[in-house]
Amino acid sequence: MNEREQMNIVIVGHVDHGKSTLIGRLLADTDVLPDGKLEQIKEHCRKNSREFEYAFLLDALKDEQSQGITIDSARCFFKSDKRRYLLIDAPGHIEFLKNMISGAARAESALLLIDAQEGIQENSKRHGYMLSMLGIKQVAVCVNKMDLVKYDKKVFSAIETEYTKFLSDIGITPQAFIPVSAREGDNIASSSKNLSWFTGKHVLEVLDSFAKEPLPEEKPLRMPIQGVYKFTKKGDDRRLIAGRIESGTLNVGDEVVFLPSNKRSIIKSIEEFNAPTSSFAKAGQSVSLTLQEQIYVNRGELMTRKEDVLPQVSSLLRANIFWMGKTPLSTDKRYKLKLGTTSVPVMIKSIESVLDASNLDAAKKAHVERHEVAECILECQQPIAFDLSAELASTGRFVLVDEFDIAGGGIIAQALDDKQKKARAQVFLREQKWEKGHVSMKDRAEKYSQLPTLLLLTGKTGVDKKSIAKLVEKKLFDAGRKSYFLGIGNILRGIDADITKTERDEHVRRFGEVANLLLDAGLLVVGTASDLDVDDLRLLQTINKRGETYIVHVGDPDGTHDVAHLLLDAADDHEVNALKVIEQLKLKNYIFNL
Amino acid sequence: MDKLDALESQSVYILREAYANFHNLCMLWSIGKDSTVMLWLARKAFGGHVPFPLVHIDTAYKIPEMITFRDKIAVKLGLDMVYGQNKKALANKNTFPDGKIDRIACCKTLKTEALRNTLSGEWPRYRLNHKTGKYDVDENREPYTGVIVGARADEEGSRSKERYFSPRDKTNNWDVGDQPPELWNQFKTDFAPGTHIRIHPLLDWTELDIWEYIERENIPITDLYFDKGDGKRYRSLGCYPCTNPVESTARTPKEIVEELRAGKFSRIAERSGRAQDKEDGGGLETLRRDGYM
Ligand SMILES: Nc1nc2c(ncn2[C@@H]2O[C@H](COP(=O)(O)OP(=O)(O)O)[C@@H](O)[C@H]2O)c(=O)[nH]1
Repeated sequence: MNEREQMNIVIVGHVDHGKSTLIGRLLADTDVLPDGKLEQIKEHCRKNSREFEYAFLLDALKDEQSQGITIDSARCFFKSDKRRYLLIDAPGHIEFLKNMISGAARAESALLLIDAQEGIQENSKRHGYMLSMLGIKQVAVCVNKMDLVKYDKKVFSAIETEYTKFLSDIGITPQAFIPVSAREGDNIASSSKNLSWFTGKHVLEVLDSFAKEPLPEEKPLRMPIQGVYKFTKKGDDRRLIAGRIESGTLNVGDEVVFLPSNKRSIIKSIEEFNAPTSSFAKAGQSVSLTLQEQIYVNRGELMTRKEDVLPQVSSLLRANIFWMGKTPLSTDKRYKLKLGTTSVPVMIKSIESVLDASNLDAAKKAHVERHEVAECILECQQPIAFDLSAELASTGRFVLVDEFDIAGGGIIAQALDDKQKKARAQVFLREQKWEKGHVSMKDRAEKYSQLPTLLLLTGKTGVDKKSIAKLVEKKLFDAGRKSYFLGIGNILRGIDADITKTERDEHVRRFGEVANLLLDAGLLVVGTASDLDVDDLRLLQTINKRGETYIVHVGDPDGTHDVAHLLLDAADDHEVNALKVIEQLKLKNYIFNL
Repeated sequence: MDKLDALESQSVYILREAYANFHNLCMLWSIGKDSTVMLWLARKAFGGHVPFPLVHIDTAYKIPEMITFRDKIAVKLGLDMVYGQNKKALANKNTFPDGKIDRIACCKTLKTEALRNTLSGEWPRYRLNHKTGKYDVDENREPYTGVIVGARADEEGSRSKERYFSPRDKTNNWDVGDQPPELWNQFKTDFAPGTHIRIHPLLDWTELDIWEYIERENIPITDLYFDKGDGKRYRSLGCYPCTNPVESTARTPKEIVEELRAGKFSRIAERSGRAQDKEDGGGLETLRRDGYM
């Protein structure tokens, strides 16, 4: 047996079809229970005059035993001659679909149980569908309780035919169909005489035949950034980029790109703790890296190699979502989308169709109810980097958070063009061709004790943003900072002389490009622009690759109010407001050391 | 990927997610093997550093070597070490060793209550002053909103149902029936004011994995786990009135690994040396709901 190999298996199926019994049986028949455990539970049953059930081995929780249903996905370990298994028992009751999903999402393969006497039930199908959405491809189906149908081959074959058809509709080819009796121990850990007409493998053999899926080393590099650490107080000057490699490989010396920011650098080292240094890392590893050129990247960015196929970047995407929320998923509410280590506010732009996973009926509906699956178009507040799930599973799926809880899971089917697509492509080329001098961004940041930042004051016309902005510029300047006021109007007659005022997008784009140059020179740019909308802000953020973008909203709510980092009251004294802005710059560590 | 490498990588991932999402984060360190491995994993995750406080609940009945070991390591690694204690119960001699209450009630008093009140900041915390080597009353009484705990799923029934990120309500309750979904390495990091999240980086480890890893990494661990000549060692650590050593001559992590794999302990539950587990038919579940680790 290979002590070092472990496979995670989830057991799913309609409630009462015998999952817990099957697991109890596997534990008992493979001899992995601690001495006395089986006897202890049998004794407990005798004392309480209850019939012994193998399921009790698993259902160790008190209230579970009294209710008689598995409410959560429990985990337990067992061993075969081949390797170690982590068995995950997923509850079959519809109420606990979120628990079934939590269990199944952790698995590499699945056993799906169907009661021979009851036949295929609603959740037999729903669970099958969820397995396909979760991307679990190795599935074996056990037709259980064969003892109740006198081990009749016909019953088994009928279920096999019907369910194979259903699975093929959702893109799953089962590895095996096995007639079993979990209670009697038929075909669990040994072949059964009662089922002599069946020539296939028993459950344990089928489990052992499941292959370990290799980690996606051959695929493009994807590493979501979990954090950028600097423990200067602990006497450590390294700036560590931390994350886990989801796919691909990386070498010291590789040029890497961070998306969506499009910042680039070269891997200087892979830092180890209590391990020999290495110049190579691959999918599955959690690593700490240092970069040759210090660039300011944040948690949430996706790192890839310049040579690899790049991920998609957009704020608009099409996805299939399964909903587990207490209230229905709707188009008029803001959710949070979490993908890799990114987290952005998101709106459901449209619900294209809603599917009942228990019978595959699709319908057009205004809401997605709990336990339904829907195809939706999502619009993120900022562009994010991702993959299509068919190409790269781990960066092609996300969860939706409603209030405080994860309430839905989604797999991305398509990246849609958002309004910034063209600008993004231009910026990509611009960055590739950008010629740098000998003074790096880090040199400038250290010399000036400031990170280049576009401080953008927005709000309706007439709230006197400019006075606040100019005061901020002046105060920063007086404190020894390199600051510069840039009103969007200032470029109207010069750089914008060839376009009309109605070409708004181009107007904003040019403003962004000018700001980007000033940021590259290391300045704190205090910009003002009126009546911007969310798309304008996204455009500016797409263009600004040289520094941070910090949005300050002044006055009554408008289109950009919700996405601002700081809200100012137009009625407040300019002095007060300017100080608030500067305070934030300090808190954010955009200015330091003076 | 090797099993230990995969476990290590996942634990490091979880620790980093915890660090990114919780401002008031701490790690419970019981001085036992599991949380000592967790401390090591934190150093792996953060370039050799531990960027959050370690909290120990001192019942005053811990095996004395545990406290010595705790302070030795804390000083050596420059850890931000904090402990909490139920001073009142101890002063009133309201404990099992004093004969006033039974074992379960004692656990509740000295561990569960002390833990709850230390985490919430209700009771004073004592923080190691690295200049004097002594513990001072900590000024920081802010509640910890993220608490990293070294629970393993294979320890006993109720723990097998835990999530990696597991919410606790205002009274530290664990609602095992209504846990949030957890999938694709996305964890519950949003929570209502007053509640907090327990984080379990070791959930997928077994006792054997822990010892194999201690051996592989050569992790410093208290020698209570090893036989020092009298044919006895501890398999699980706790308070001395309620924890008994087991008969074993294993003197190194390697010998413990062998013992667990094929020897006498391969079939005996780990906590068999702990008296309090036996008193309650439901195992640790009652205690656990109340916030006991
Ligand atoms: N006759 C018979 N009963 C079974 C078999 N497997 C399970 N059961 C019974 O079916 C009921 C539900 O089983 P359980 O394992 O709790 O189902 P779960 O809800 O899928 O976990 C229990 O009363 C079991 O004893 C079997 O193979 N044959």
